[in-house]
Amino acid sequence: MKKIFIKKNKGKWIFLVLVMGLYLVLAFVNFSLAKESFLEFLGLLKTIFPIFALVLFFMFISGLFLNARKITRSLGKNAGLKGWFISIIGGILSTGPSYMWYPLLSELKENGMRDAFIVAFFYNRAVKISILPMMIYYFGLSFVIVLTFYMVLFSIINGVLMEKFLKLRCKD
Amino acid sequence: MTLLKVKESFIKMLKSFKQIFPMILGIIALIALFMTVVPKSFYNIIFTGNKIIDPLLGATLGSIAIGQPITSYIIGGEFLNHGVSLIAVIAFILAWVSVGTIQLPAESMVFGKKFAIIRNLMSFVSALIIAVLTTLTLSFL
Repeated sequence: MKKIFIKKNKGKWIFLVLVMGLYLVLAFVNFSLAKESFLEFLGLLKTIFPIFALVLFFMFISGLFLNARKITRSLGKNAGLKGWFISIIGGILSTGPSYMWYPLLSELKENGMRDAFIVAFFYNRAVKISILPMMIYYFGLSFVIVLTFYMVLFSIINGVLMEKFLKLRCKD
Repeated sequence: MTLLKVKESFIKMLKSFKQIFPMILGIIALIALFMTVVPKSFYNIIFTGNKIIDPLLGATLGSIAIGQPITSYIIGGEFLNHGVSLIAVIAFILAWVSVGTIQLPAESMVFGKKFAIIRNLMSFVSALIIAVLTTLTLSFL
C-alpha cells in the first residue's frame, strides 16, 4: 500500500516535470510560441483559480459534515435512486474542468462512493444549464431536449457497465 | 461541531490539495500548450463529408481537444454552418466534454488505470451511439 502511494506521489511530479520539459523543447524550437503557451497557461490558472477554491471549500465542508457512513448511505452500494439522482444533478451543476473534481470524488470514493456514480457525475458534466441558450441558438430546442435525454440515459448505462467491467476484471 | 473537527477537516483539505496540486498544474500547462500549438482552423480542414469516417473523426478530434464545454458547442455550431454532418458534430461535442485523453494520466493516478481507460473508452463509444440516436430521433420529430 505504501509502495503504491509513493509510486503515485512520484508519478504526478514526473508528469509535471515532463510537461515542463515539453515547454523547454518548444522554447528551443519556437520561443514565441512557448511564450504564448506560457501566457495561455497563466490565463487558464487565473480562470480556474475560483473554481479550484470552490472545490477546496466543498472538500472542507464535506470533511466537516460528511463521514463514511453518511456517504455510503447516500452514494454507496445501497443508495439506489437517490444516489443516481445526486450524482446526475451534481454533474450537471458542477462547474469548471472535470479534473478539478478529481480530489473531491477520490475522497468520496475512498469513503464508499460507487464507481457507477462517479461515471454518471462525469458524463453529466456534458449537460450544462449555463450553456443551454448557446446550444438552443446553434442547434434548436428539440435538439437540446433529445441530446440531454440521451446524455443522462447514457450516464446511467455507462455507470452500470463500468461496475460490470470492473467486477469482470477483479474476477480475472 | 468542535474546533478540533474544523481543524481536522482543514488539515485533510490541505493534504488533498498538496496531493493534487502538481497534477493539476501539469494538466493546465499541457492544455495551454495544446491550445496554442493546435489552431482552431485545423478542425475545419479535417472533415471530408464521408458519413462513416466523419463521425469517427469528430469523436477522435473531440477526444483529444481541450477546452470549456461552451467552446465545443461554438466550434460544433460553426462546423454545422460549414456543412459538416450533424452526426459528426454531435460526436465531436460529446467526445470533447466526456473523453479526456490529455487528462488520462491524472485520471489514472486518482481513480486507477482500469477505471480511467474503461471510462474514456465507454464515453468515446457512447458519443458515437448518441450521435446516431439523436440524429435518428430528430429525423422522426
